[in-house]
Amino acid sequence: MTAQEIHDVVKSRFGDSIPDARLVGVIDPYIKVAPDRIKDVAAFLRDDERLRFDLLMCLSGVDYTGGKLGVVYHLNSTKLDQKIVLKVDVTADHPHCQSVESVWKTANWHEREAFDLYGIIFDGHPDLRRILLPDDWEGHPMRKDYQVPEFYNGMKVPY
Amino acid sequence: MGLLDQRFENSNVFVTSMDNLLSWARLSSLWGMQFGLACCAIEMMATGASHYDFDRFGTFFRGSPRQSDVMIVAGTVTLKMASRIKTLYDQMSEPRYVISMGSCSNCGGPYWEHGYHVLKGVDRVIPVDVYVPGCPPRPEALMEGLIKLQEKIRAGSLIQKKTA
Repeated sequence: MTAQEIHDVVKSRFGDSIPDARLVGVIDPYIKVAPDRIKDVAAFLRDDERLRFDLLMCLSGVDYTGGKLGVVYHLNSTKLDQKIVLKVDVTADHPHCQSVESVWKTANWHEREAFDLYGIIFDGHPDLRRILLPDDWEGHPMRKDYQVPEFYNGMKVPY
Repeated sequence: MGLLDQRFENSNVFVTSMDNLLSWARLSSLWGMQFGLACCAIEMMATGASHYDFDRFGTFFRGSPRQSDVMIVAGTVTLKMASRIKTLYDQMSEPRYVISMGSCSNCGGPYWEHGYHVLKGVDRVIPVDVYVPGCPPRPEALMEGLIKLQEKIRAGSLIQKKTA
């Protein structure tokens, strides 16, 4: 299926939960999904006969600056050999997004990483804690407005 | 008759100070604390392998800090790792030495400005005897660093008390 056909199938099923899409003129066509519906959309994409997106290739966090954060999902269907990208927009004031861990187990550590570095909270994740940084770290370092602390556990951090 | 037997039978004698003898013994068997933190560890492993043969200096790597004399900090020291390094250093018995290998553990290396998670030099948590520059240093450079450490031990004294 083309990206346009995939979009039409998802749009006809979920309607208003698909606020936007860009399907031509980009390397990876993407569909935007509302943060409180991403889990259902993901399950549909995985299970529908025409879509069969059985592989979550990558889950990334993004800081678009200006208090806008996002999550990007790269999906692949190993059975039908097709790809699509999902994007979810959240705000830094309310960085909540549904977890897709129950749909693709891969998402477990990916979501922990996005939480660790961007502070995006994945509702419904079974074990949402830091994965790379120490547990007592403060802040989320990949955010554009992140300030490096002067000291960490008595060790001077800046050069 | 073997060479060693001959030497004993011919009653060869040499005279030295106890201090020199102990220093010589110590610098000839520097056992390394075995851990690598990044790509420098690959060079350290190459130094330990047969081609460069670290063993000929009496150096080989031990898995326990209790059995080690020299800690070779090979690679990027993250803040998360730094407290572990401090603990391992504290567990080593004295006299103990530290070789800082590579730009990262010398001063933060390429992470000096934007590395929020990197300690800018391992000398911020433990005292360093020899710094080996390079990114990563070649095995020859690490061996040079070890020889520098041996020179330092040879020049020092283990019996006389350190003056402040």
